[in-house]
Amino acid sequence: MTQWNENPVLAIEHLTMRFGGLVAVGDLSFNVGRGDITALIGPNGAGKTTVFNCATGFYKPTEGRIVMNRSNGEHFLLEQMADFKISAKAKVARTFQNIRLFGGMTLLENLMVAQHNRLMLASGFTFGGIFGLAGFKSAEKQAVEKARYWLEKTNLVDRADAPAADLPYGDQRRLEIARAMCSGPELLCLDEPAAGLNPRESAELNMLLNDIRNEHDTSILLIEHDMSVVMEISDHVVVLDYGEKISDGTPDQVKSDPKVIAAYLGVPDDEVEEVEEEVGL
Amino acid sequence: MSAPQESFLVSCAKDAAVGGLIALALFSLMIGMQADVATGLGGQLGITYRWGAVGIAVAVVFAGRLLLNLFVWKADTPVTRTLGSFIPKASSVVGLGKYAMPIFLVLAVVLPFLLTYWLGSRGSRQYLDLAILVTTYVMLGWGLNIVVGLAGLLDLGYVAFYAVGAYSYALLAQYFGFSFWVCLPLAGILAAFWGIILGFPVLRLRGDYLAIVTLAFGEIIRVVLLNWYEFTGGPDGITGIPRPSFFGIEFERGEGGFADVFGLEYSSIHRIIFLYYLILIMALVTNFVTMRLRKLPIGRAWEALREDEIACRSLGINTTNTKLTAFALGAMFGGFAGSFFATRQGFISPESFTFIESAVILAIVVLGGLGSQIGVVIAAVVMIGGFEFFRGLEEYRMLVFGLLMVVIMVWRPRGLISVRRPSIALSGGKASVISADLVQEGHG
Repeated sequence: MTQWNENPVLAIEHLTMRFGGLVAVGDLSFNVGRGDITALIGPNGAGKTTVFNCATGFYKPTEGRIVMNRSNGEHFLLEQMADFKISAKAKVARTFQNIRLFGGMTLLENLMVAQHNRLMLASGFTFGGIFGLAGFKSAEKQAVEKARYWLEKTNLVDRADAPAADLPYGDQRRLEIARAMCSGPELLCLDEPAAGLNPRESAELNMLLNDIRNEHDTSILLIEHDMSVVMEISDHVVVLDYGEKISDGTPDQVKSDPKVIAAYLGVPDDEVEEVEEEVGL
Repeated sequence: MSAPQESFLVSCAKDAAVGGLIALALFSLMIGMQADVATGLGGQLGITYRWGAVGIAVAVVFAGRLLLNLFVWKADTPVTRTLGSFIPKASSVVGLGKYAMPIFLVLAVVLPFLLTYWLGSRGSRQYLDLAILVTTYVMLGWGLNIVVGLAGLLDLGYVAFYAVGAYSYALLAQYFGFSFWVCLPLAGILAAFWGIILGFPVLRLRGDYLAIVTLAFGEIIRVVLLNWYEFTGGPDGITGIPRPSFFGIEFERGEGGFADVFGLEYSSIHRIIFLYYLILIMALVTNFVTMRLRKLPIGRAWEALREDEIACRSLGINTTNTKLTAFALGAMFGGFAGSFFATRQGFISPESFTFIESAVILAIVVLGGLGSQIGVVIAAVVMIGGFEFFRGLEEYRMLVFGLLMVVIMVWRPRGLISVRRPSIALSGGKASVISADLVQEGHG
């Protein structure tokens, strides 16, 4: 059961991130399989978001490398790339734990901004666009259609012309996913997509993510605390604790791993020694 | 009279008395004593006392506070609420904007003819000069609006680009004898070039830091112009800057002049009218380009940058380049306005490009409403026009000016026109406007 090691879309190798004396992530290696939904879980402060920030260029890792393998055969070393190039060239998109939408812009505008690079090319870096060249008009129409497609997918099309900041919380989360998808990613990194959602919204999110994976040739890496989401949809689970990987496998394997249970639930005092022996401390 | 009502009156009076006391403490120094070079005492410094004026000021504060207490702050039904229903709401102001735009435009186009018709060519000159000044500030406001309003970059040194444009024209004309029409694009390009040069190191900074560095840059340009005596003439400035021609036809008396060619009687007002139309067209081009860019990917990227820079980078937008384009474009329009300023005045010196100019242009943009084009027009007319109009009030006009600012800040903290119109709509029709509460101001 190691399909993710055969054809990984993202390979994280010996990643270490230090903030001064604090080791947020220490010598972490794992693979994200192509076409998989991979979940990165762990208790608070385990270093999950740090891994995300390293993979999307917002932090420069202290050590290690992160390889993105695109389906056209290109390889990118993400730790050496500027953050905006990771999205533009390596096709890795992300969402944020604290939602970052363009609140004063409409939903449609949000999704148009996500297609900026393609539209800039079509507008001849603005010079063609000022004079209203036909090439730009058709490109813009295509972009609007793509935006409409994702708005329909996320059930937001009715509010397409409303400002994003006016949306309820759950809709904002879905819009952020739609916006990330409009940039045409091959790997979608979601930072706690189900945080603050009610059970019904959570179920809708599962459907949306499955749909993205199955129909759009996009692999998903997600951080999540909601175990119903993790266990239900993910193919591969990586568990972090104190910046180190303590378990890596299918949801069922991880669920029954004593190290994971110890990390999440803790153990009664009289069992500590026993567990420590088992864990190898 | 019942007891609670009495205490209501008393409490209002007490509050007003406290206000009056504070006013007395402040005004006894600020208004009551005036340090002046006393005449007849051999240039000695003397103090004149004006207790009467202090009394008036304190009485105004006391009465004003009492009235406000009685009818607004402590009243059951504040007068402001009834008055408020007469003041247009944000949405109706936008509806008004639809009609205001063409009305303003038509008025602007026919203004010189109206003025010369009513006041004759001699009497209208003063007002036309004022109109040219206002329109120059409208253009500068629109240029700065790209940087501050759309991209959300706080630029306190905008006058530097105005200076670069003005000096580019003056120096090119002086050393190479280039005409206005050749220098105009060159001045814009040079100003944009300086915008990029400044932008590269500076745009890594955000918010307050960006503001301080742009302010410093504005001052540096002025100090360089002031001290490079051999090249720029330093504090003496540059005189004899050539006047613009009407596509090669000079505004002169006699054969071959503008009046002669068009069979008119010679009048000096012709050049003023021409200058007015010149700056009007330049300003309208600025507006047109800005409105067009807002609907293009680059304009949307500017606004997205103002909303959330980190999200922009996560979507693959090169934020440095995007900021640079905004900066360079704003600078370019500043440069155009600068070369117009030089040709209108015929004389420029570093005196004209002090920090206060940057502050006035920024105030126009902020008062008008960040990102609002029509707001900038209204603010420029009120600020520049009003300021010149009340020259008769002498020192008190600053007081009136300050009061006006406070009123606008209280009434409309986000500027006169503070709504944002979406750049694209899915439904094909017009999308409704977005309230300013949702729109970010940008953090540099």
